[in-house]
Amino acid sequence: MKFATAIIVGAGQSGLAMSWHLSTRSIDHVVLERGEVANSWLKERWDSLRLLTPNWQSRLPGYAYSGDDPDGFMTMPEVVRFLHQYASLSRAPIVTGARVTRVRQQEAGYEVETSLGAWRCRKLVIATGACNLASIPQLAAGLPASVASLTPLQYRNPGLLPDGGVMIVGASASGIQLAREIRAAGRRVVLCVGEHVRLPRTYRGRDIQWWMDVIGAMVVRYDTMEEDIERARRLPSLQLIGTPERVTVDLNSLGKAGVELVGRVVGLTDGKAQFSGSLANLCALADLKMNRLLSSIDDWVNASGLAQQFPAPHRFEPTDVGSQTRIGLDLNDAGIGSVIWATGYRPDYSWLDVPVLDRKGRIRHDGGIVAAPGIYVMGLPFMRRRKSSFIDGADDDAADLAAHLGHNLNRAAA
Amino acid sequence: MTITTSARAKVNNGVNVDALLGARTALEQAPEAAQFKWRASCEWVNGTHSRSAIGSFFGLGAEQSRNKTFTVEADHPQVFASEDSAPTPVELVLSGLASCLTAGVAAIAQRRGIQLHSVRASLEADMDIQGILGIDDEVRNGFGAIRVHFDIRADASEDDIKALVAQSQKRSAVFDIVTNPTNVFVTAN
Repeated sequence: MKFATAIIVGAGQSGLAMSWHLSTRSIDHVVLERGEVANSWLKERWDSLRLLTPNWQSRLPGYAYSGDDPDGFMTMPEVVRFLHQYASLSRAPIVTGARVTRVRQQEAGYEVETSLGAWRCRKLVIATGACNLASIPQLAAGLPASVASLTPLQYRNPGLLPDGGVMIVGASASGIQLAREIRAAGRRVVLCVGEHVRLPRTYRGRDIQWWMDVIGAMVVRYDTMEEDIERARRLPSLQLIGTPERVTVDLNSLGKAGVELVGRVVGLTDGKAQFSGSLANLCALADLKMNRLLSSIDDWVNASGLAQQFPAPHRFEPTDVGSQTRIGLDLNDAGIGSVIWATGYRPDYSWLDVPVLDRKGRIRHDGGIVAAPGIYVMGLPFMRRRKSSFIDGADDDAADLAAHLGHNLNRAAA
Repeated sequence: MTITTSARAKVNNGVNVDALLGARTALEQAPEAAQFKWRASCEWVNGTHSRSAIGSFFGLGAEQSRNKTFTVEADHPQVFASEDSAPTPVELVLSGLASCLTAGVAAIAQRRGIQLHSVRASLEADMDIQGILGIDDEVRNGFGAIRVHFDIRADASEDDIKALVAQSQKRSAVFDIVTNPTNVFVTAN
């Protein structure tokens, strides 16, 4: 059986950042990757997807975007190239094609079974990502067999969808992007809107991610929050899209494009979908929340004395869903051929045979330090900082956790 | 929004937020205690007039009895050839929605350190009674739409007041009951 002091599972941005920080601490380790570097980016994303963060924000320890389009958004092949380059420049000790099938606690560490044999380690870093599996609501079981059911992990482009209209469930980043392109391909699109986070792509001449970066929102730590951190962690993804034109896609623009907006799906029986009557309130909540962020940006600009450098503050049109929102739909009558469950993602811990999951299947951790000795996790939403699940968040989290990991090794050795 | 404990302490909307937050923390650890059962019984009086009694409920793992039993009456108005001795059931639904949202506004204002001075909700609901009269099968029995307007005086900005009302809807039981479907099982003997 092979041995490494630390094993990192997953060679995406999180695993590579952790590898870099372990290397600087001379901690011997190996990165086990089920496929190849940046596997999820390569194989589990739709064709048109680009990063939601601008190129300049693709920053990893000892490495950053250096191209000539800092304000652009990488396509998936570009993200894959970016991470492959990082992997080779940082000389990360990666074993590709090693799918971890089981991790068990052993004396003073863990035994890691993989498709390429077993390893032992003292420390384990879970860097497999937050989006391995699509979260699908239970009521999906009520979908008639005549309607295709798929998730954004399976979706590639409108041309590959079954004929007919498409009902998209969920209006966060995935849902609004899919609604936009499927509608543009001439399909009928019904978009079921639950809780969402509305944001403009740009504000006062800058990308919204630039603003959140400079006002310090991205580095807010999980242990300094006034509000409930668990609630912040469950927040849906930002309603954003990365396009060369830097367009804002929101419910107003989708509505104008002919996407039919309905409330959250709350019933699905006998081929009939029922939608919640709470749509107007969820839109009001999102508008208010967006305006609070814009106000904090304006406050920051005023306090910094830089008001001359930016266009004047303004507010966006309130979300208009009208007063005639439909609360029911017969899928067959409406010609709906497929339903896409853009209802969020969750990590896959099926291989983790260590009792660290809570009753909802979430991993129990304190800022990435998992509730089992020597296990760490990376890249979960708001894990240590608001940016934890962003590429740009991997560096700081990996630095903190590598320090903790190294400290524990030293203590054990002393 | 950042609110210091001292600012919060000065605000008094008559809501014990600390107790509510304590209950939330306790129930996170013991979700089975969060299972409640609410009850009402209803006695026919005469014509469309009925009287409901509301007393005990189940929650926190035990029967919860009250010191008294509340009564709520309902009837139909004279335009329906009734005695109009009490509000109609659909008006009681509006009252239930209003009370639920109003309680939420008070609790959330307390939590956010906002002193309320007055809260008034006005409700109106559309109904096409061709549904209940069985004239047109395509018309539903219930409300076509409900409109709620809150007039709130409080030490807070307009947006903060709107946020109170929005958050109250998000956490309201009756708002959920009227906006989302519920399985209903009725038996008789």
